[in-house]
Amino acid sequence: MLMLLFPSLASAYEAQPLAANPQVEARLKVLAVELRCLVCQNQTLADSNAPLAEDLRREVREMIAKDMSDKEIIDFLVTRYGDFVLYRPPWKPTTTLLWLGPFLLLGVGATGLVVALRRRQKKLTDVTLSEAERHRVEQLLSEGANRP
Amino acid sequence: MIPEIGHYALILALCVAVVQGSLPIYGAAVGNASLMAVAKPAARGQFLLVLLAFCCLGYAFAEKDFSVLYVAATSNSQLPLHYRLAAIWGAHEGSLLLWMFILSIWMVAVSFFSTHLPDAMRARILGVMGLVSVGFLLFMLTVSNPFERLIPAALDGRDLNPLLQDPGMVIHPPMLYMGYVGFSVAFSFAIAALLGGTLDAAWARWSRPWTTVAWCFMTVGVAMGSGWAYYELGWGGWWFWDPVENASFMPWLAGTALMHSLAVTDKRGGFKAWSVLLAIMAFSLSLLGTFLVRSGVLTSVHAFATDPKRGLFILVFLAVVIGGSLVLYAWRAPRVGLGGGFAMISREGMLLANNVLLVAALGSVLLGTLYPLFLDALDLGKISVGPPYFDTVFLPLMTPAIFLMGIGPLAQWKQASLPALAIRLRWAFGVSLATAVAVPWLMGQWTPLISLGLLLAFWILATILVDLRERLLQAEGGSIGGRVVTLPRAYWGMVLAHCGVALFILGVTMVKGFEVEQDVRMNVGETATLGGYTFRFDGTQQVNGPNYVAARGTFHVSQDGREVTVMYPEKRRYFVQNQTMTEAAISPGLLRDLYVSLGEPIEGGAWSVRLYHKPFIDWIWGGCLVMALGGILAVSDRRYRLAWRRKEAAAPAATQMARQTVS
Amino acid sequence: MSRFLIPFGIFIVVVGFLAVGLTLNPRELPSPLVGKAAPDFSLPQLHDPGKVISSNDLKGKVWLLNFWASWCGGCKDEHPVLNHLAQSGEVPIYGMDYKDRREEALAWLKEWGNPYSIVAVDEPGRVGINYGVYGVPETYVIDKAGVIRYKQIGPLREDILEKKILPLVRELQNQ
Repeated sequence: MLMLLFPSLASAYEAQPLAANPQVEARLKVLAVELRCLVCQNQTLADSNAPLAEDLRREVREMIAKDMSDKEIIDFLVTRYGDFVLYRPPWKPTTTLLWLGPFLLLGVGATGLVVALRRRQKKLTDVTLSEAERHRVEQLLSEGANRP
Repeated sequence: MIPEIGHYALILALCVAVVQGSLPIYGAAVGNASLMAVAKPAARGQFLLVLLAFCCLGYAFAEKDFSVLYVAATSNSQLPLHYRLAAIWGAHEGSLLLWMFILSIWMVAVSFFSTHLPDAMRARILGVMGLVSVGFLLFMLTVSNPFERLIPAALDGRDLNPLLQDPGMVIHPPMLYMGYVGFSVAFSFAIAALLGGTLDAAWARWSRPWTTVAWCFMTVGVAMGSGWAYYELGWGGWWFWDPVENASFMPWLAGTALMHSLAVTDKRGGFKAWSVLLAIMAFSLSLLGTFLVRSGVLTSVHAFATDPKRGLFILVFLAVVIGGSLVLYAWRAPRVGLGGGFAMISREGMLLANNVLLVAALGSVLLGTLYPLFLDALDLGKISVGPPYFDTVFLPLMTPAIFLMGIGPLAQWKQASLPALAIRLRWAFGVSLATAVAVPWLMGQWTPLISLGLLLAFWILATILVDLRERLLQAEGGSIGGRVVTLPRAYWGMVLAHCGVALFILGVTMVKGFEVEQDVRMNVGETATLGGYTFRFDGTQQVNGPNYVAARGTFHVSQDGREVTVMYPEKRRYFVQNQTMTEAAISPGLLRDLYVSLGEPIEGGAWSVRLYHKPFIDWIWGGCLVMALGGILAVSDRRYRLAWRRKEAAAPAATQMARQTVS
Repeated sequence: MSRFLIPFGIFIVVVGFLAVGLTLNPRELPSPLVGKAAPDFSLPQLHDPGKVISSNDLKGKVWLLNFWASWCGGCKDEHPVLNHLAQSGEVPIYGMDYKDRREEALAWLKEWGNPYSIVAVDEPGRVGINYGVYGVPETYVIDKAGVIRYKQIGPLREDILEKKILPLVRELQNQ
């Protein structure tokens, strides 16, 4: 019914997806977001318009079409360009500190907080007033109340 | 002539800054009132001089004076006036002048709004700010002079980077710098307290409004940066964990932790040394950000043109200021008293747990940002650390903090009981959990992260409601309206700010969970459907701008057959730098953004087009705005207004002063 | 007192790293292929498109592989150095014309001189990707067994040639 009222919409045809093969493109997107454009100022392979980025995307598409796994594709690029091409740092001896660091920090912070709180509780509850001191405290408090 | 006046004004400002940075601090140390009194007029004088310099540079831009090197490098005769003026901070030298100008604004604000502070304190605060300005003025006058002449003058300028020719350029840097520089006030308060040896709850009370206002500006500044990237860069992203973005996020995290820590110090006098350390940290991160952006040490789209000489200057400045502060801290902080006691399970304990989590998050961002540099410096190879790392690490650290956000305000000061809290909050938890499960089920798509995000957001809102209900029940004032008014503005500010966080989390969760994207080739007349909307491409036409020529596409968007909007994305070519830019068309809405971006022209008048449907994305920046509003509301609380008003009524008699208590 | 110095200690370490960072170039990518076998290629020659130049042909000698293009500014800067080296005859230089057009490449060599024994044509840039090339010019030193021994990123300079490359070449030639 609506199609009759809006003939222009009715006769319009659907745009075709840009990519030749949408499944390959979907996999490319997932991979390309984690890969670095090597010649850009910090951009992903997905977002960059640089010629090398286009070449690399083409290579990755071909590898996907050849049914290579994600790991194989990543290995291909890392063999040639090093770990720099990955935005997700690989788990290696040199990056252990990087991946564990945040949780170590949390652990150290939490421990520090608990220790600090325990220490301060001890310091503050250790004070017991002697009789003379208690008398002095009451004296001071009553003085303060009487002030105009 | 005018640029020379500007240059001399900066030289004079440096002289004033040296005086401001030395005499008052010395005067405070020896108790000399006349030396201490130098601080206020010096700060105001510096403001006037830097204002003059700033206006001179603005004049040079407005009048297209291409005999000034900086103007020639960042402007052009065809650039419209508002962008010519925004170009003042378009590159390194001018942005430093903006930094300095904003520092002088904060200095003059402190000089006016500090009459309730003891003279020695004010003298030290302005003195420390003076020392900071010495550093920046010296930096400008030695290696980054915005007034340097170009002889012979250029015939025309190299133009402002087209990416920056945008309204965002007019507001984002000033807002951001107001935040960055604003933390220098909290820093100066901290140093002043350390120098004076009087570190008490009063110091925290004085410091809080300044910290909160700086934090509000920082929130707006960072949010604007994100929003601007979203609509400017053409691929719909809004946060990339880029080193420069992180450089602005880290001071924000530190500032948030500081605000919460100052609450404990103010109310209970505890953790003074920690608050001082956080204040030093927040400003140090601002300075570190300045270094990272300008030194070339890290690669970023947002970085200024780099020069190792400049990097070295900032690094030395950084080392002196922060190193000095931390040595002062190590020396003086141990003597600071402990303040009131409290149990581990208490509001104070939870605020401090919040601090631990925020600082751990902050540390992680810093670690991730600097790690490639660490490895490279140790010759252990080159790696990249990007969004996959930060997303993986940041979320587990922030999630407990959000949970605490719900429990903290309900916990009693000094000692609270976990079982009692659990009982009070069980409905809130139940409701949040139910919503977190129901919504994705209704929307037809579920991942654990979507549910987690919804759980956190609704947890915040539900716990706020529980807390609000309890307080209103306990409040005096008869009617609901009456009771609402009795609750202090600081409380409402907190409520609003926390709601802002909930809105932010909602926005992020919904967008990341439910956004859809399509890359299509569109001939004239073809349609594409996305998220329930139909986009019809009606061709492009040439459009001439002031300094560019563009192909402007027309897209009619309809939903269920009814036309909703028309969108005009552009592909611009800017003449001077011969750069092509994509100007995406965005149709913003409360519940979704529609985003259309032209790719490349294909034969036959067709184009490759990228379409996005992004639900709830504006809640991200809306949430940040609400956070900032909450901060402003909190600062307008009675106790601060009374403190400022009291200065007018201040009687000369010392005894009367002694009687005044701050509520 | 000591635990209050921890923030200062951490800060000094960070500043140390930042200071070192000022001397580094974060955009320079050292090649992970150094010490590994040079990727094989088999490409048409620039001056004689019917013939093929293959990396296998070059086993048994030490050689330089120079990636260049007629559209590359830095290549002009380093070309005199290459010409000079070719005249000395110490080590053969093989060119890889990267993502270029034949007529422009030929014209460019005519104008600026041809130091190359043979020029291979890598028009789609695939061999470049295999070698981990991310910009031009880049030069590789490859030994008799076909193993990459050194990668020069950016234009060659006389001093780099004298101090690093030629000594390495001589050492490899004596093996």
